[in-house]
Amino acid sequence: MSQLQYLAPSTIDDAVLALAASGARALSGGTDLLVQLRAGRMAPGAIVDLKRIEGISGIRQEGGAFIIGAATSGAVIGEHAALCRAWPGVVEAVNLIGSTQVQGRATMAGNLCNASPAADSVPALIAARAVCIIAGPGGRREAPVEDIVTAPGRTSLAQGEFIVAFRLPPRPARSSDAYLRLIPRTEMDIAVAGAGVSLTLDAEGRVSEAYVALGAVAPTALLVADAGAALVGGRLDEDSLSRLDAAARAACRPISDKRGTIEYRTKIAGVLARRAAQAAYQRASDQA
Amino acid sequence: MSKLHVSTVVNGDPVEFLADPAMTLLDVLRDELNLTGSKEGCGSGDCGACSVIVDDRLVCSCLMLAAEAEGRRVATIEGLAQGGQLHPLQQKFLEHAALQCGFCTPGLLMASKALLDVNPDPTETEVRYWLAGNLCRCTGYDKVVRAVMDAAAELRQERV
Repeated sequence: MSQLQYLAPSTIDDAVLALAASGARALSGGTDLLVQLRAGRMAPGAIVDLKRIEGISGIRQEGGAFIIGAATSGAVIGEHAALCRAWPGVVEAVNLIGSTQVQGRATMAGNLCNASPAADSVPALIAARAVCIIAGPGGRREAPVEDIVTAPGRTSLAQGEFIVAFRLPPRPARSSDAYLRLIPRTEMDIAVAGAGVSLTLDAEGRVSEAYVALGAVAPTALLVADAGAALVGGRLDEDSLSRLDAAARAACRPISDKRGTIEYRTKIAGVLARRAAQAAYQRASDQA
Repeated sequence: MSKLHVSTVVNGDPVEFLADPAMTLLDVLRDELNLTGSKEGCGSGDCGACSVIVDDRLVCSCLMLAAEAEGRRVATIEGLAQGGQLHPLQQKFLEHAALQCGFCTPGLLMASKALLDVNPDPTETEVRYWLAGNLCRCTGYDKVVRAVMDAAAELRQERV
């Protein structure tokens, strides 16, 4: 029999203490953790349920930024009208994870810290320039989302550290985002490739700022600076889209597996980046 | 090993139980509370046979620790019929023959109830996407979707 302990601290400080013990694992929505427990892929000494910490669930606005508590479920994120207007790409990426049942529990922090290369919310969060607010034994710190996952199943969080919230930055006018993934059916599958694009237009409809991130085409989700730069200054003409496509493909370092070959994933990453850019551009234009 | 004392509400009734920290809500429902309507299909959140509603959210009870139920409200298939009267969803599943072996049915009913609680007038597409996490190997889903649409129409009538 296991000697597993279940702890449900009500403060951040108590959670940091509990997680600092060796063999302790953070529990948020549990949609990955419980599967791994059952499969015997991990045998933690303690499970630290973060959902009882005051303020760890919920969405609030702070000077134009959105602060999304780490334990906020996908279902709650999808129901937040203001967040859906400002960050439709982030919301659609989160809502692609699993079934209605999984959405009732799954969180962005769990999706990120599970550290799968194919996590759907991660490319969208990276393109959005989202920042993680992290608590730990050394106090609070902040880190961009792309700095968290270091390899499949591995993160840069130290023992005792956990994500308290995500901050999505204030949105200038004429800004939007989009996330697209390819799966062989319409629901309930893991991305073959995914692309998130966030951009801002100037008053003339030219792209003034753009970020592109790719998922499932490398050991970690990638922020592709060249791909974003390819869009800036243009109106998504074929020239800038083909440079975006090429930059996205050049960044790919995928594996071949049952979901797709290296060649297919690379090709699809370029196609998805184009289409996500067009979707984000259309959404940003519609605000004008 | 120390067991956890958990106080919760199941189908409107206060319930207390002792749980091993590794036990799932599904384990406790079935093995401690003898509520065997919720089924274990996959144990990994893929099939939806263990679907229950916790604080108005549809969840897989196999993906939730029993200890997490402390202070929550849990609704299972056993609470769907009221005083021997089948819920309209259950009645329509019978009328449309929306089941064969029945293993997925409790999960499909709870998932459908959660849908109609938030969306009394869903489109067929909305029903199909909402139920994508409930696998059924007998019906091919068409009869299930028709039963849900029909139950939704009846429930809207009752509200008038």
